[in-house]
Amino acid sequence: MPTIVVEVMPKAELLDPQGKAVAGALARLGQKQLTDVRIGKRFEVTVEGEVTDAVLADVQRLADEMFSNSVIEDVVSITVADSADAPAAV
Amino acid sequence: MRVGVVTFPGSLDDRDAQRAVRLAGGEPVALWHGDHDLQGVDAIILPGGFSYGDYLRAGAIASFSPIMTEVVDAANKGVPVLGICNGFQMLAEARLIPGAHTRNAHQQFIRRDQRLRVENARTDWTNGFTEGQEITIPLKNADGRFIADAETIRRIEGEGQVAFRYLGVNPNGSMDDIAGVTNERGNVVGLMPHPEHATEPGFGPDTPEAMSSGIDGLTFFTSVIERALAR
Repeated sequence: MPTIVVEVMPKAELLDPQGKAVAGALARLGQKQLTDVRIGKRFEVTVEGEVTDAVLADVQRLADEMFSNSVIEDVVSITVADSADAPAAV
Repeated sequence: MRVGVVTFPGSLDDRDAQRAVRLAGGEPVALWHGDHDLQGVDAIILPGGFSYGDYLRAGAIASFSPIMTEVVDAANKGVPVLGICNGFQMLAEARLIPGAHTRNAHQQFIRRDQRLRVENARTDWTNGFTEGQEITIPLKNADGRFIADAETIRRIEGEGQVAFRYLGVNPNGSMDDIAGVTNERGNVVGLMPHPEHATEPGFGPDTPEAMSSGIDGLTFFTSVIERALAR
């Protein structure tokens, strides 16, 4: 069954406390070149049947209204992945 | 006055909110997230807790609950709505108030008796206070950092929509020390601290007079009841 992958990231200008905590751990491990980490979310949505334009439009709307909160996050990508294939940009 | 308290999966303080309504002289009405029925209540409380385990974003999944359709309609018609902690997060997710919440800047869950300054004493839930009054209300949250873009902050500061500000300590890194906000109309109020935990002597925060005697939270509930009676 096809999967639609939605990726959401905290807005660039906002403090990402999770990423900051991981970046702190990297620094403690002596990683000098890895200076910053930001953590986002990846949604893998399974679709029954074909991924039509209508299904994609639905996912786009849900990505904007439910998967992300536009006050604090951006939807950075929506791609269709088939279980057999690598993700393809749409 | 009948005040509805909505229970969501993962609500923790719904019974405390019902009790606070009773202590203030109102009649609490238990409402269920899965219903499309407000049972004709005169005001609504979205209580604290961790609805849906704070999955996705705190308050996000709850804000899509069946009953939220009716809550949003009622709020837009002027029915008083109070969002406490997780309820505040739901109000933001439902866009009934401006801004959003993220994880506390220090990454920790925090619980403390929090001093606040009342910045807006004109709303349905704060009219029993005086502007500038300092109160102490218990606070307990992990995702309490209130944020909004610079233009929104300017607007809500300018329009008096900041209802409460943290005093002494900013417990979660909220912008402008904002602890609570109201909508333009003043019927919807959300805040991170828990007024329902400061409504009965012996069970509230400590005061200089006596241990656990703080009842500053009771005024939220008497405010909405007395304003309704005066109408």
